Amino acid sequence: MSLLVIENLGKSYRTYRSEWQRIAHWFFLPVKPSEEHWVLKHISFSVLPGEAIGIVGQNGAGKSTLLKMITGTLHPTEGAVQINGRVAAILELGMGFNPELTGRQNVYHAAGLMGFNTDQIKQVMGEIEAFAEIGNYFDEPVRTYSSGMQMRVAFSVATAFRPEILIIDEALSVGDSYFQHKSFDRIREFQKQGTTLLIVSHDRGAIQSLCNRVILLEGGTVIKDGKPEEVMDFYNAIIAEKENTTVRIRKNEDGSVQTCSGSGEASIESVSLHNIAGEPVEFVPVGDLISLRIKARINSDIPELVMGYMIKDRLGQSVYGTNTHHLGCKLETLRAGETVEYHFSFPANLGVGSYSVAVALHTTDSHLARNYEWCDLALVFNVINTSRDEFVGLAWMPPKVGLNR
Amino acid sequence: MLGILSSLWQYRGFVVSSIRSDLIARFTRSRLGGLWMIINPLAQVAIYALILSNVLAAKLPGIESKYVYALYLMAGMLAWGLFAEIIGRCLTLFIEQGNLMKKMRFPRITLPVIVVGSSLLNNLLLFTAVLVVFAVLGQAPNLQMFWLIPLTLAVVALATGIGLILGVLNVFMRDIGQVIPILLQVWFWFTPVVYPVSIIPEELKGAVGVNPMYPIVTAYHDILVYGKAPALQQVLISAALAIGLMLIGLFMFRRSAPEMVDAL
Repeated sequence: MSLLVIENLGKSYRTYRSEWQRIAHWFFLPVKPSEEHWVLKHISFSVLPGEAIGIVGQNGAGKSTLLKMITGTLHPTEGAVQINGRVAAILELGMGFNPELTGRQNVYHAAGLMGFNTDQIKQVMGEIEAFAEIGNYFDEPVRTYSSGMQMRVAFSVATAFRPEILIIDEALSVGDSYFQHKSFDRIREFQKQGTTLLIVSHDRGAIQSLCNRVILLEGGTVIKDGKPEEVMDFYNAIIAEKENTTVRIRKNEDGSVQTCSGSGEASIESVSLHNIAGEPVEFVPVGDLISLRIKARINSDIPELVMGYMIKDRLGQSVYGTNTHHLGCKLETLRAGETVEYHFSFPANLGVGSYSVAVALHTTDSHLARNYEWCDLALVFNVINTSRDEFVGLAWMPPKVGLNR
Repeated sequence: MLGILSSLWQYRGFVVSSIRSDLIARFTRSRLGGLWMIINPLAQVAIYALILSNVLAAKLPGIESKYVYALYLMAGMLAWGLFAEIIGRCLTLFIEQGNLMKKMRFPRITLPVIVVGSSLLNNLLLFTAVLVVFAVLGQAPNLQMFWLIPLTLAVVALATGIGLILGVLNVFMRDIGQVIPILLQVWFWFTPVVYPVSIIPEELKGAVGVNPMYPIVTAYHDILVYGKAPALQQVLISAALAIGLMLIGLFMFRRSAPEMVDAL
C-alpha cells in the first residue's frame, strides 16, 4: 500500500487586478484572476513505506512548495495529495517555541501543535527529556538556551511520535556532531519501522548515503525520478552547464546509466585502467599499482585544459578526486585536432567492492567555470582481495602492529 | 461546521496551553505580573473619572452616590475593553502567526479561539477587580449580574465576527490594519462609555441607535450601575447581528484559507 500518492499536483499563485476582485471570488462571483503563475505542475509519484526519497533541484525549482503541500500548509491548485498516516516535518526546528517558557512547557505547546493531547504528551515527556540530554536546562526558559540546545529539544519533540512520513530539511545539519549521530540513528530506526523519509538537501553525500530514490525537480516539474546515483549525476550535469551545452545519457551494458555533458570544445576519447604490466584490467587486487589512462581530443582551439577524475564507491560517494590543476600539470594553448593522453598511476588502496570513475575536462580548478566535458561512470572497476589479510571498509590502510604486554 | 468543532476538540490541549503560555509570556519578569492586566484599565477609568466626573456627574440621572460616574465608567469599560481587545488582536492575528501557518499543519480555527479564550480570561480578571472596587465604593453585587454571562457572549460573538472579517482582509490589504485602530477610537467615542446617552443632542440620537455596541453597553450599565435587568429587545438585535457577522467571518475565513498562506 502506498503511504503517499501524489496525483497531477499543481500550484499556481493568482494575482487579481484588485484585491476586491479576490474577495468577490470568495463569494462565488465570476472573477478571472489577471495573472496565474504556476510554480508546480503535473507532479505525480507515489511512495511506499520505508522508502527514503531525496528531493533535489535548484533554488526555485519548487521543492519547498511541494513539501508544503505534502505537509498540508499549502493547498494545491489542482490535483491531490493523498496521505495514509501522519506527516511530521523537521523543517524549521523550534518553530513556535516561546522564549519565555521552559523547555518542558514548550514541549507541551509544540506537541499540542502537532495534534497530541496532554495525556499522550505526558506519556512521552520522560523520553523527550532523556533524548534531548540538556539536563536541568529542561526546566529553564528557552531564552537561556544555546541554539544547539534549542535544536535538541525541538528535534526530540518533532520525533517523539513515529510519523508515517518524515520530512527532513537541511536544517538537520545544525547541532553538534554527537547529537547529529544520535538523531540520524533515530531517523534510521524510524525508517526500519516503516517510516518514509523525504529529504531535501544540496549535499550529495547526505542524499546518496541516506536515500534509495531521488526525485529531481526543475522548473516546477519532476524531470527525473530514479536511483540516487543516476539522478544526482544528471543533476550535477544540469548545474554545471546552464547554457550552451548538451546532456547525453547512455545506458551501459550492465544497466547503469552514464551521463555526459559539456560545451564540447574538448571531449573524452577513452578511459581505461591498466595494471603495472600495461594490460587493461577490470578487476584490481587490493594494493596493486594501477594506472588510469584518459585520452582527450581537442575539437576547437582553447587557451587552457585541466583534466580531472573522481573515484566513487558504489553508492556514488566520492572516494578520491583530483585534477591536473592541483597536480601542477595543466596544459595551455591547445589547437583543434590535437589529442592528449594523461596517465595517473596510484596504488589501489581501496576496500573490496565496485567503484566508478568520473572524468571531466575544464579550465581552472573546478568544472564550474568552463566545462568542456563531464562524464560520469566513464569507467567501472572492481577491487578484489586475493592476497591481503581480511579487512572491512572503503580504504586499505594496513597497520604495522606494535604490542606491549 | 462539525469539522471545525471536532478539530477544535482534538486540539483542545493546544488551545489551553496557548492561552496559558500567552498569559505567562506576557507577565514573566515583571514584578506585578498579571496585576497589570487589571491596573491598566482601572488606571484608565481613574483618569477619565478625575477629568470628566465634574463635567458629567451632574447629568447622570437617578443615582445619588458621588462615585456613580466611576461605576458607570467601569461598567462600560468592562464591555468595551473585551470588544476592542478581541478585534485588535484578531486584526493582526494571521499576519503575526503567518510563519507558523506556513510551516505547520494545524487547524487554523484554533488561532481565533485562542484569542477569544485569552481575552475572556483577561475580562474575567477585570470583572473580579471591578467587583472589588464596587464593593469598596459601596455597591454590592446583585443577582442581575448573571445577565452578564449572555451579554459577554454577545460581545464575544460581535467582536469575533468583525475581527475575523477584518483579520482575513488585513492579510490581503494591509491598509486595514492601519485604519481600524483609528475607526475603533471613533467608535469608542460614539458609544456611551465615558458619557451618558442623555447628553447626546436630539438630532444625533439616530446615529447611536444603529451602533450595535450601544444596547450592549447600556445593558452593562443597567446591570452594574442601576442593578436592574437589561432591556432585552435591543440586545437581541445586536446579538442577531453578531451571529450574522460571525457566520460571514467564518465563511470568509474558510474561503480565504487556501490563499491566505500564499499571501503571507
